[in-house]
Amino acid sequence: MKKAFPILGLLTAALLSFALYEALVVAPREQTMGDVQRIFYYHVPSAWTAFLLFAINFLASVQYLVRPRPQADKIANWIVIALGALTSIGAYVVRPLPQNMYPSSVVTTGVAIVGLYFLIKKYFSEQETDILALTTAEVGVVFCTVVLVTGPLWARPVWGIWWTWDVRLTSTLVLWLIYVSYLMLRRFSTSGQTPVLAAALAVFGALDVPLVYFSIWFFRTQHPQPVIGGGGSIDPRMLHVLLINWLAFLCFAFLVCWSRYRLEQLQREVEETQALEALLEPRSTVR
Amino acid sequence: MTFLYAAYAATWAIHIAYLITLVRRYSRLKLAVDELNKRKR
Repeated sequence: MKKAFPILGLLTAALLSFALYEALVVAPREQTMGDVQRIFYYHVPSAWTAFLLFAINFLASVQYLVRPRPQADKIANWIVIALGALTSIGAYVVRPLPQNMYPSSVVTTGVAIVGLYFLIKKYFSEQETDILALTTAEVGVVFCTVVLVTGPLWARPVWGIWWTWDVRLTSTLVLWLIYVSYLMLRRFSTSGQTPVLAAALAVFGALDVPLVYFSIWFFRTQHPQPVIGGGGSIDPRMLHVLLINWLAFLCFAFLVCWSRYRLEQLQREVEETQALEALLEPRSTVR
Repeated sequence: MTFLYAAYAATWAIHIAYLITLVRRYSRLKLAVDELNKRKR
């Protein structure tokens, strides 16, 4: 795995450069907004990546909470399966779907979440789910910060204002604040129960993700409507550039998460060794 | 174009700032590991 990291790093750097070239040069110029619309190729993929990372944080936190209790673990498994099945059935029964989404995109999201839940269950131990939750929250906050910075930089020339207390914008800011408070709790709390408290906060915090996503459907908002997944239309060349940028940011997020995950693992090992040494030290002095 | 470049530059500034914090944490951890190794000897 150690050898794979530099290779993946180089591939990701090449992909990010290619994606930047596509966004600035290849993507067609939008007729109404002009070149400022190209901010979209960084803003939207960053938002999707942040949502994905917060979703993983939610699933890992649920796992961390239920894993020590076999009964709760079984119930959680069935709830996840039932939610996946209900989403898939609901996608073909409910009409119209939020934002006129395609049923296939809803089913894919549902199946992906169920799949992720069982992948985490299979490959991560209880302690590792806690590290995974911390890692994804931290990297998710970085991507969410990018969304909150690039949004106003797009809004100023297009809307004439930097910020408005619109539901989409406000709920995104609240989402960012929830995860910043999650990270502060983990950083400054000295209680032995911190991982459990943080996991509980993450479970409630994740409820804001669907609110952010569907806010444009539930409320009247100034934020542009979605352009893919069935909600609107987009030039195929623009869609191609958007997806390339998302893929590049996903690879980048994966590598950053990997480094952060490894750092946390090593940090915990060092702390354990230091604690053991501290326990043994007084004995050696007595001798 | 100013806003476009500002947005792209801000994105990379945020990512690079975070990567720098990771590198600093790694070097602090390396110091701690070295100190533990010294004590073991």
